[in-house]
Amino acid sequence: MSTLRIAWQEIRVGLRNRWVVATTLLLAALALSLVLLGSAPSGAVQADPLAIVVVSLASLTIFLVPLIALLLSFDAIVGEQERGTLMLLLSYPVARWQVVVGKVLGQVCILAIATLLGYGVAAGALALESEIGAPAWNAFAAMVLTSIMLGAAFVAMGVLASAIVRERATAAGLAVGVWLFFVLLYDTALLGILVADQGKYVTQGVLEALLMLNPADVYRIFNMTADEGVAVYSGLAGPGTAAPTPPGVLLAVLAAWVAVPLALAIFAFRRRPV
Amino acid sequence: MSGTAQWNDVTRRYGDVLAVSGVSLSLRAGEATALVGHNGAGKTTLIKLLLGLVRPDAGTVRVSGVDPSGAQGAQARRKLGFLPENVAFHGAMTGSELMAFYARLKGHSVRRNRELLSLVGIAHAADRRVSTYSKGMRQRLGIAQALIGEPQLLLFDEPTSGLDPASRAEVFNTIDLLRRGGATVLVCTHALAEVEHRVDRVAVMHRGNLLAAGTLDELREGVVPEARFRLRAEGLVGEDLSTRLPAGSRCTEAGEGIVLVSVPAAEKMAALRTLAQLPGVRDISTAAPGLEDLYRQLVERHEAMAA
Repeated sequence: MSTLRIAWQEIRVGLRNRWVVATTLLLAALALSLVLLGSAPSGAVQADPLAIVVVSLASLTIFLVPLIALLLSFDAIVGEQERGTLMLLLSYPVARWQVVVGKVLGQVCILAIATLLGYGVAAGALALESEIGAPAWNAFAAMVLTSIMLGAAFVAMGVLASAIVRERATAAGLAVGVWLFFVLLYDTALLGILVADQGKYVTQGVLEALLMLNPADVYRIFNMTADEGVAVYSGLAGPGTAAPTPPGVLLAVLAAWVAVPLALAIFAFRRRPV
Repeated sequence: MSGTAQWNDVTRRYGDVLAVSGVSLSLRAGEATALVGHNGAGKTTLIKLLLGLVRPDAGTVRVSGVDPSGAQGAQARRKLGFLPENVAFHGAMTGSELMAFYARLKGHSVRRNRELLSLVGIAHAADRRVSTYSKGMRQRLGIAQALIGEPQLLLFDEPTSGLDPASRAEVFNTIDLLRRGGATVLVCTHALAEVEHRVDRVAVMHRGNLLAAGTLDELREGVVPEARFRLRAEGLVGEDLSTRLPAGSRCTEAGEGIVLVSVPAAEKMAALRTLAQLPGVRDISTAAPGLEDLYRQLVERHEAMAA
């Protein structure tokens, strides 16, 4: 119960200081502009417009959702400690894991509200002007769900950063570093390695394993390959592709990317002197 | 022994710093104890140990018979109210929202919250955001949250810091009220004079060591070697006086018929009887050393022993 109370308090604070409104508006605005621009490439081809939008929204998510998640979460522990509210909270009958899980849960809810509303508005706008088939809706729903999971993974990493450092500024720096590493640097570095290696050591299997080590890549592969209709537009489908990692495995890996940092954050927070 | 708390031979280090060293102390049920000492004396560490926020390196801590940092710690904290030093709250929330949050965390209904807010005198601001509160109002909100659920053990860390004199008195009136209600109260402070007549017992901390603990009278007996009188007398000479008084007494004339007398503490009553019977003595005033004096003497003695 204490976990849920802390989560609810986190959501209320998010509503009160307009985090929820700001992120929802940001995601809705970007998603809507993608929808409006995104109807151009389909042209006269009988393509499901929502399937195209899923591809562009997924690309947007990879950049934006981890950033929002880290901004929400880097302050969770170290910020409360610096403000002086953490000691009071821990003097209540709550366990430390409840504080960590409660905060992560609350922040994931804030992200979920923003994603559901923001992307939902975009899909709704699209549904008003054209016919959308059930497969595209499924792909869209899976995209929204995995976007929230991707956000949860980065919320957990942000809380982990918050639980291990002494100062708020360090946590902020670490959060920016995590974002740069997973969202920008990782793929570039991987590409560099592939080019330099010329297929000697980095085989298809090794590459797939390396992609699993980045939640953003797991998310990308899931959303670009899981649905056939979407895969066509993402450019990731084709006869040359070996059997892709099954969607179920991808989901499990993404879930592990939430659970492992969360467990580490609890471990770090339990050892942290307050 | 519900509502009581004990530290048994507790030692706690932070790196190289010995924050608390071999402290044994227990809080008696229904009494108010003042934990006094300068900043860095180890007062807050003792509180953190009671709250289970840190574990002792050696020794044991018990709250209502339970180890507060153990598996049952949360249960022990349910019956406990705590006001941290420099209490802070989330500024975006209102006073009553925060009280509701804290009451629910403790598993209590929010019905009594209004009452608690009026008790500390901020009911009028209950629906305002805490960011608009003054320092004194935040401190009062801090006290109100500590009182949620009628706790048996109350820990106040510097409860009067940042308050004006009138509010300081109110804080101690509240503490009196709680004590009369049967709660055990611990007040940490470096404002010694303030707690002097407001608590049952005093524990003196200095650089992690517990120098003394007991009632103010007990501390005086152990610490102050002599009793002091101030006489208003006519026709009496200091030297003449000291021959009549018990051995070890000293007299100094302060002019205008005032004589300052100090006698060994054990001989205080004998000396008083003798003085009262002298014909020239018009008035005798006795001055018991205050907590500030006691504290200074305890520290001096400790430093001398350590040197």
